[in-house]
Amino acid sequence: MNFEVIVSYFPRFVEAFWLTVRIGFIGIGISFIIGIITAFAVHFKIPFLSGIFGIYVELFRNTPLLVQLFFIYFGLPKVGITISAEVCGCLGIGLLGGSYMAESFRSGLEAVPFSQSEGALALGLSRAQMFFYVILPEAFALSVPAIIANIIFLLKETSVFSAISLMDLMFTAKDLIGLHYNTAEALFLLVFFYAVMLIPISILGNVIEKRIRFKMFGV
Amino acid sequence: MSEILKISKLTKSYDDLVILKDIDLTINKGEVVVIVGPSGCGKSTFLRCINAFEKIQEGEVSLDGKVINPCKGKLNEVREKIGMVFQSYDLFPHKSVLQNMTLAPIKVKKVAKKEAEKEAIELLSRVGLASKKNSYPRQLSGGQKQRVAIVRALMMHPEVLLLDEITAALDPEMVREVLEVVINLAKEGRTMIIVTHEMSFARAVADRMVFMDGGRIVEEAPPEEFFERPKTDRLKKFLASLAYN
Repeated sequence: MNFEVIVSYFPRFVEAFWLTVRIGFIGIGISFIIGIITAFAVHFKIPFLSGIFGIYVELFRNTPLLVQLFFIYFGLPKVGITISAEVCGCLGIGLLGGSYMAESFRSGLEAVPFSQSEGALALGLSRAQMFFYVILPEAFALSVPAIIANIIFLLKETSVFSAISLMDLMFTAKDLIGLHYNTAEALFLLVFFYAVMLIPISILGNVIEKRIRFKMFGV
Repeated sequence: MSEILKISKLTKSYDDLVILKDIDLTINKGEVVVIVGPSGCGKSTFLRCINAFEKIQEGEVSLDGKVINPCKGKLNEVREKIGMVFQSYDLFPHKSVLQNMTLAPIKVKKVAKKEAEKEAIELLSRVGLASKKNSYPRQLSGGQKQRVAIVRALMMHPEVLLLDEITAALDPEMVREVLEVVINLAKEGRTMIIVTHEMSFARAVADRMVFMDGGRIVEEAPPEEFFERPKTDRLKKFLASLAYN
């Protein structure tokens, strides 16, 4: 492996890294919002919405991200909607992630014992107060491990962005290999940058989980 | 004594299955009524009808002359006035003891946080748990949790307190510490309806005993008469089944 090649490739990978992180996190933000709304509608069986959101979850959980991106990027222009590759990436991660987040939040909501709701209501809390002060925090704490796993999964999924010509890490690596045949160096940097992105999240996730465990379950 | 809670002709059923039938019961201010009976006789359901956790098919429950079940107004306003403590404590695991106690007063009654905390600490010291104010529920024993649950209900200054088998999930050694708290509440003149299987406790705390079976009130009497001179055969049989000799 040639160290000089690595140094010369570094700036391009840094650029690709930030693009991946930016799109990844905007997408994850979108997936959070979609996930909470969907989980709420499905868990509380809100008429009409729960059906629609149920179909959405099954559709997006059971098709690959690449296929979804192709639909958004190449399909939408056919009906007159043109969006940039970046927006498409955010949307793709957001919609795929939304279906996963919805299931994680929902499992959290379902794991909160029914007696907790009654305990809250018996104290005179209204239904909304019961939901926001008791059920939601408990459900969220119970979903944390699944949410962290989703975040890591979604960031890894960004590697298919190259298919819609986004200059992400994967695209950059393939591009550089194609140009100079410095395969080892490019692949090393590819692995390095994904690890730099994901390992801190994994560690942070463990810390958050332990803190919540302390509160939820004592020591 | 003035009447505070009145239950008349209460009937509760799920489809064809009748759970409670024609229940009449009047509770006076400061009175402690203990309900006993075999499992599945409808005792707990009856308590849940009082604070409108269960819909009733016939009859009504009224508090201070105002009908609360079937409820026309806001249910949470009714439940502010009727405290309920359950077998499973139902403390909020993500909140400390102090936060558990002050949540409802702050959010529902709009009590200032400092004031609520001051009252909570006073109540905690009365049940010997002041040192646990910053603990989380998981760090407490069952008996401690149940004592917190009782004082948490008191924070709302309920007019009536419903206790639903509050010692059923506890280790035998912890039953006493919880029941002592309840006996002290009775001495203070709190109005309570208690469902329990602890007969010696029932005898010590009750002003009036009620025996339920098959969804009806079978017998009602002051504790001494209830245990010493039961009138109905059904109650005689029930009391006999509790003795091992």
